[in-house]
Amino acid sequence: MGKLFSKENCEVFSNPLNLNNPIAVQVLGICSALAVTSQLEPAIVMGLSVTVITAFSNVIISLIRKSIPNRIRIIVQLVVVAALVTIVSQVLKAFAYDVSVQLSVYVGLIITNCILMGRLEAFAMQNGPWESFLDGIGNGLGYAAILVIVGFVRELLGFGTLLGFQIVPDFCYENGYMNNGMMTMPAMSLIIVGCVIWAHRSINKEEK
Amino acid sequence: MKALRNYLDKIKPNFEEGGKLHAFHSLFDGLETFAFVPRTTSRVGSVNIHDAIDSKRIMSFVVIALMPALLFGMYNVGYQNALAAGKLGEATFWGMFWYGFLAVLPKIIVSYVVGLGIEFVVAQWKKEEIQEGFLVSGILIPMIVPVTTPLWMLAIAVAFSVILAKEIFGGTGMNIFNPALITRAVLFFSYPSVMTGDSTVWVNQQSILGLGFQAPEAYTAATPLGEAATEGFQGFDAATVQDAIFGFIPGSIGETSVIAIALGGLLLLCTGVASWKTMLSVFVGGGLMGWLMQELDLTQIEWWQQFILGGFAFGAVFMATDPVTSARTECGKYVYGLLIGIVAVMVRVLNPGYPEGMMLAILLMNLFAPLIDYCVVERNISMRAKRATKK
Repeated sequence: MGKLFSKENCEVFSNPLNLNNPIAVQVLGICSALAVTSQLEPAIVMGLSVTVITAFSNVIISLIRKSIPNRIRIIVQLVVVAALVTIVSQVLKAFAYDVSVQLSVYVGLIITNCILMGRLEAFAMQNGPWESFLDGIGNGLGYAAILVIVGFVRELLGFGTLLGFQIVPDFCYENGYMNNGMMTMPAMSLIIVGCVIWAHRSINKEEK
Repeated sequence: MKALRNYLDKIKPNFEEGGKLHAFHSLFDGLETFAFVPRTTSRVGSVNIHDAIDSKRIMSFVVIALMPALLFGMYNVGYQNALAAGKLGEATFWGMFWYGFLAVLPKIIVSYVVGLGIEFVVAQWKKEEIQEGFLVSGILIPMIVPVTTPLWMLAIAVAFSVILAKEIFGGTGMNIFNPALITRAVLFFSYPSVMTGDSTVWVNQQSILGLGFQAPEAYTAATPLGEAATEGFQGFDAATVQDAIFGFIPGSIGETSVIAIALGGLLLLCTGVASWKTMLSVFVGGGLMGWLMQELDLTQIEWWQQFILGGFAFGAVFMATDPVTSARTECGKYVYGLLIGIVAVMVRVLNPGYPEGMMLAILLMNLFAPLIDYCVVERNISMRAKRATKK
């Protein structure tokens, strides 16, 4: 048990959450971060889907890493990811149909998410299943964290709601407050992601 | 002036390193260099002197050139209010002017307080000299928004544009986009309902401090461009054209009167602050495209009427010629101006969603200006290389 949660393993898990965050530091997976974050709910669902898929594809690839011929490893990885994406997509359609409609093609497009391929190539091919699992969870949650921040800001300022509940009180609207239409446009999420990266780098300045 | 100079000299030690008011030194520097030519000269060895007058003097000229359009804009705000109330006969010249003055002044104050506030904080934080670029932007911003724009929206848009369109690029002189136009673009895309539409946007209908009139509920009057975008439009009559030239039409505060803008433009050209090449080619481009659209029967607006409507003249004179964001090569200025005119009229005529395209055209060409300059320079290099190898 002590070995499972050793210091190295903890770092494998916590690094992608902050210092090596896939969006804020590696700037991967930006396209989906821009597309699905106009509201908080799809952002959370997307973040969880990517977490689950990254974690389990990491575990599977890590288990069979020694038997994958090097020349066709990308195809093998893609097959594994595609299978997981299909499962997640079907589960979403069955249990959370509205959200899956909102996410539309972006669930299917998780297969092309750079974070996934990056983790499989860089981590799962060299490490054991438990470390790979932690790495996948960490990267997925690091990605989800940024999505939630962006989704939070955009839904609050763009619609005045959070998770569909109205947050901005009515008397604000009566006194002339208006929702910011630009927040609902994808261009604005790029600016917000930029601001998040800016804040993240200013906070972690000394550590580089 | 002498007394001011003496006073500034007296309080100066307080703001220097170690003085008790050192925290406000950039504020002091900013005000001092705005009033007087700085005493320091460029360091020996510096070869980057563009001109004998520094940018604060240029900015002062632009602010003076903007005055006719601003003062007329104030008057027009009052005029439109009286027109909306149907009490044009009772309104006096000064009554209408002071009404407009009271309506516009808060916008100018908000724009300067927010914009300069951010500039001062950044200058203090980076330990740099205060940058003067916002002197012009701060007066341009209230002039290109509708008179009814809420002040808090204006404040948000100004803050957004100063931080994200100017400071993160490195401040005055380094920005890619014109900050005043970015402010307008932010308002336009964030709060479209207060930036476009009928008279509730363009005409102030409440009385202020007892001046002006309360308009009846049902008053509506679109801007001429908004009118032109509606179905069944058959061209403007002579009265509308005359109003548009003098500026008695609903519109953004400073951009209605072509005559007032022309006065300012003349000053800019005489003092050499703005480039006549850019200005001329914007009009040529707009005219050509307007003529083409008219020939293809896509619009009922005569080609020359494009100039007097909306923000075309204002944009051509004050926005396109911004020395920072426009093309800098002499040849490039023609291309840059032509494309602005062409794109502006194209957006106006072909895009039913946006009756006015000047803002979008200038912002788009701001983006292309460095590319235009690059092409001009490269072409020149290759031409000279050819000439050298021929012999």
